[in-house]
Amino acid sequence: MVDETSKDKLVVKDLNVRYGTKEVLRQISFAVRSNEILGIIGPANSGKTSLLRTLNRLNDNDAAFSMSGTVTLDGQDIYKKMAPHTLRRKMGIIFALPTPLPLSIYENIAYGPKLHGTRNKTALNEIIERTLRASFLWDEVKDRLDMPAMKLSGGQQQRLCIARTLAVEPEIILYDEPCSGLDPISTAKVEEAMTLLTKQFTQILVTNNTKQAARVSDRTAFFLTGELVEIDETQRIFTVPCDQRTEDYVSGRFG
Amino acid sequence: MKLDARLTEKVVFFLLLLATLVIVVPVFLIAGLIVKNGFAALSWEFLTQSPRLGMRAGGIFPAIVGTMYLVFGTAVFALPAGIFAAVYLCEYAKESRLTRIIDVAIVNLAGVPSVVYGLFGLGLFVVFLKFGTSILSGSLTLAIMSLPVIVTASREALNSVPQSFREVSLALGATRWQTISRVVLPNALPGIITGAILAISRAAGETAPILFTVAAFYLPRLPQTLFDQCMALPYHLYVISTQVPNLKPHIQYGTTLVLILMILIMNLTAVFIRAHFRKKKQW
Repeated sequence: MVDETSKDKLVVKDLNVRYGTKEVLRQISFAVRSNEILGIIGPANSGKTSLLRTLNRLNDNDAAFSMSGTVTLDGQDIYKKMAPHTLRRKMGIIFALPTPLPLSIYENIAYGPKLHGTRNKTALNEIIERTLRASFLWDEVKDRLDMPAMKLSGGQQQRLCIARTLAVEPEIILYDEPCSGLDPISTAKVEEAMTLLTKQFTQILVTNNTKQAARVSDRTAFFLTGELVEIDETQRIFTVPCDQRTEDYVSGRFG
Repeated sequence: MKLDARLTEKVVFFLLLLATLVIVVPVFLIAGLIVKNGFAALSWEFLTQSPRLGMRAGGIFPAIVGTMYLVFGTAVFALPAGIFAAVYLCEYAKESRLTRIIDVAIVNLAGVPSVVYGLFGLGLFVVFLKFGTSILSGSLTLAIMSLPVIVTASREALNSVPQSFREVSLALGATRWQTISRVVLPNALPGIITGAILAISRAAGETAPILFTVAAFYLPRLPQTLFDQCMALPYHLYVISTQVPNLKPHIQYGTTLVLILMILIMNLTAVFIRAHFRKKKQW
């Protein structure tokens, strides 16, 4: 039985990525289903961040970057059939460190919509309230939207970044260890936001925190030194993985 | 042993202080001498009248105006070219043999003696392009002389904008140019402007580049078009110091004082802009 909601949104096939002569990803193939949260776990230097940067083409300006294989979004090759800015609008990313622009809270979120032509004040206000509510930040900042975003705490900044990404209405959201610098309470808020966002978005969560993947993701992929070792339902990865290396990693025996 | 160390410390301290004084003392001597002798010459008439009696009386108004024209002309030509070149080099060009050659060229351009720029301007603008000895030729020559400094300062300002700002903007679906015009340039602009003002204020005080390209010994009326010659403070100073006998020295000092004040005002503007934005800067 083919479930309509679980159809493949993003398909990666035979992906190899190099920086100069250094091979960082080898023969990666997997698919991401619509509206799922795919967790990606693995020790440092396993190529997780490189994968995300390849998916939204942030590597394009890196002269040392080269790749082979294909990545398709809704059947369209993102490297051959799409302009990078068109792709990135559909494929938002949250970076490991919160990265507010040196603007007010309001202007940070309005930045994306303004780029894409929304100038109407009412429409912008609506977007700002909606996205801040979705990222659980609205109640904390609604009275001081003109405040410089850099004055917010780290956790608030990261939720602001999520709101800012939501404001351009992407189809997929990539998270690159979004909670690595956050305290447990902020982390919980980010995770809660992610869980609620599955209704509208497909999400890929790269994390160093295996427990986080276990908590939020529907399926989990385990990467090791540039290879995809295993991808399966999160529950299976954490209880009965097929590969011994996965078992060792999730049970904390190495990495 | 312990005493030796203490003695060494004192000697080193003294030598370092001496070196610092050697740098600072001439600055105060020059400034003091010029202000002391030139202040008397400053008057409304001196600032607003043309020279009379073969430069021996009257004022230096045409030279002030001429220097302002040249500063403005230099800025008009040098700013866009310098900033755009820096944007290209920082934001678009990938590291290659070509960019390395350009880097070397810019460094070397900054080391070219100013008289060589003057001769180059004479050859290219005055003679070859037939602009004649004119404000246009002079401004272009000064602009080329200022370019290396403007490009270098602009590149530093652009490089100081965190890479993460660019990635955030790109990740939200901005094109490269949108990213540059909305995020990178606004954050780099204070640094760019500061560097540019310093470069142009240096050009304002140069004599050699304008010697063959624009400067006039004496003009009975102010320049009317870009193709007219003009008087300029540094050249006027050179002329009255070397070509005019029996000149009262306070006119020379006064001219020097005006030139230095104009440059000082520009530099202070640059310092103010930098301080103002550093306070506002959040990253």
